[in-house]
Amino acid sequence: MIRALGPGAAFYDLDGTLVRTNLVHVLLFYARNDRGVLKSLQRTAVSLAGIPLFFAAERVSRQAFNEVFFRFFRGLTADRLRLLAEELWEQVLEPALRPEAAELIERSRAQGLRQVLVTGAFDLAVAPLVRELGFDDCGANRLDLADGRATGHLVPPVMAGAAKAGWIRAYAEREGLSLGSSYAYADSLSDLPMLSVVGRPTAVNPDAGLRRVAREQGWPVLRLS
Amino acid sequence: MSVRLRGRPDAGTVFIDTDSAPRVLHCGESLLEARLPVGTRVVYARPPIAPVPDAHQAIREAIENPLGCDPLPAQLRPGMRATIAMDDISLPLPPMERPDVRQTALEVLLPILAAAGVDDIHLLVANSLHRKMTEGEMRRAVGDDIHREFYPDRYYCHDAEDPQGLVTVGTTPHGERLRLSRRACESDLLIYLNINLVPMDGGHKSVTVGLCDYESLRPHHEPQTILDSDSYMDPARSALSRKCDRMGRLVDAALDVFHVETVLNNRMYPPELAFLAKNEDDFDDRDRLKLRAARLALDRLPWSARRAFFQRLPAPYGLIGCWAGRTEPVHERTLARCFEQYAVAVEGQCDVLIAGVPYISPYNVNSILNPILVQVMGPGYLFNLYRGRPLVRRGGVLILAHPCYDAFDTASHPSYVEFFHRLLPETRDAFELRERYEESFARDPRYVAAYRHGHAYHGAHPFFMWYWGENGRRHLGKIIVVGAENGYVPERLGWERAASLEEAIAMGRSHVGRSAEVTMLHLPPIVIADVA
Repeated sequence: MIRALGPGAAFYDLDGTLVRTNLVHVLLFYARNDRGVLKSLQRTAVSLAGIPLFFAAERVSRQAFNEVFFRFFRGLTADRLRLLAEELWEQVLEPALRPEAAELIERSRAQGLRQVLVTGAFDLAVAPLVRELGFDDCGANRLDLADGRATGHLVPPVMAGAAKAGWIRAYAEREGLSLGSSYAYADSLSDLPMLSVVGRPTAVNPDAGLRRVAREQGWPVLRLS
Repeated sequence: MSVRLRGRPDAGTVFIDTDSAPRVLHCGESLLEARLPVGTRVVYARPPIAPVPDAHQAIREAIENPLGCDPLPAQLRPGMRATIAMDDISLPLPPMERPDVRQTALEVLLPILAAAGVDDIHLLVANSLHRKMTEGEMRRAVGDDIHREFYPDRYYCHDAEDPQGLVTVGTTPHGERLRLSRRACESDLLIYLNINLVPMDGGHKSVTVGLCDYESLRPHHEPQTILDSDSYMDPARSALSRKCDRMGRLVDAALDVFHVETVLNNRMYPPELAFLAKNEDDFDDRDRLKLRAARLALDRLPWSARRAFFQRLPAPYGLIGCWAGRTEPVHERTLARCFEQYAVAVEGQCDVLIAGVPYISPYNVNSILNPILVQVMGPGYLFNLYRGRPLVRRGGVLILAHPCYDAFDTASHPSYVEFFHRLLPETRDAFELRERYEESFARDPRYVAAYRHGHAYHGAHPFFMWYWGENGRRHLGKIIVVGAENGYVPERLGWERAASLEEAIAMGRSHVGRSAEVTMLHLPPIVIADVA
């Protein structure tokens, strides 16, 4: 007897999967657009100088990367972050959206799957993208705010690696969704936990590590432009 | 058991004697040698028919003297929109030496169109739900010059999932709706360039399958149609052909189609491997040496290297016929020529049929023959290579040789992995699989994206491949595989496994009786058994 699976969801990683950009592009955008020319120049210079540090931190873990990375947002006001998010969508994320991404989401929705973004970016920055692509839900990092300003820390748990898988598991349980009939799309080996937790994992333009795992596990590999 | 020692009742059949040479079987990317029991009948392909001396000239003559319509030049006018659709990489098998017959035909067709002032020409690969060809494969099919001129804007693959790229042609009286490529339908003239390798190719199937969408395939790519086909290599008794013909009449009513059909001979081996098509009793010292060298080399190479070795050997096929004009009269002539090359008269059915499964099928050019494709070769194509009656009697045994490795090319066959590992453990019932799962695979967004934007077979394709074996599975009493490197792939396919051909024959005899008539189909080249 074939077992019927319950309703599922499609979980998407963002950076490198649906868009060609990554978190550093987001940081540089905010840095470029800080109030005043001097402040902007200073934050951009600091951000650029921090790039080697990001790479070093990512080699340790995605978690370490996030902890280092989000310090660069310290002092930015929530209002400004929200305001700039619209421009971030228009100027950075939308042009970097893979042309096939919207179709993938649309076909997925047509199958009755809930559309959920699961990203290491922070919620304010991706809010316009979530709205424009019609996601039903979003699991993203949240910047810690004090007196309306970013403290440079994230509200735990930091959304990366195994935490993404944990979030997906909790979400599915809360919403009564079947993980067995759910899909996940990601590009990096660091997203292996997120891919492993669903019944239908898919590697999108995978890095070498994920490509190897996908080949070994027989997972579909999508090459999007 | 009737033993006719060394008898040769016709050119294609040999009976094994006490001093007969061992027979050579393909076993995926390796070769097996096996001594068959005395009295075993071995059916060989006919020798290749001599090709036409000038392929360009033969195609030109066909185009200028078409069947059932005006010559092509008389149908052309300046400024008209023309589309030349052509078969995809599944034909011929293996890919032929350059120039491919598609290139040869285009070198004839394109100047005729140009001379008539037709410059809105698109070249469309009729890949249906097959994977899209890579740029390199497309270049090889038409040659560098044509590729340079047309690719990618005017030379591309059909997209059966492009919502904007399909239009409804009509619905047959049986309720079968046909949707086809918009470009093809909105052209003033659709020229279809076909390569006929086996009798199930060509005719109305070319356009109605090659350029359609998933929904249009469903009426005939389903298990009952396959069960009702006896066999699908015999168009006169094929429900699949009848359904395609019905849909084809919709095409004829709606579109101007000029069909160009080509027939190739069966010279599939390059000279260094030509001995594989010979009767082993006729091997000379050089043939024996080549066989030994090939076996030694292949047995020492990893699978991937063996695969690369075989896939890089193009076939020196020759054109043995070309007809052009209206689809039905053209196809009638094509089929007759096709059977001249492939049909071999065989007297009576057998109880046990032996066949080696080669490294290639229509669906794994430049890729892996995964377990589902091994299945489509066994109870699918090999079983269906008959006209009249099946070569093996009802309840008989089919013995196949293949390693049955659990390997999939996830770029080409992503949905096959899920089909094999998730669905088959639950059920092998083709009707249940279709009812419960086919549509969800067809609509699966990952598989649609992989088909549209990559080089993957459509999500529903493994289901079709499973249905393709339905009449074989129902007809046969047992399928035994020799050479399998594991037990679970054969088990999941519903097959038994034997350590050697001798053991498989003994298992077969224990199933059908000690006096079993044993026949080996010596493939390739392809044989259509005309069973009296």
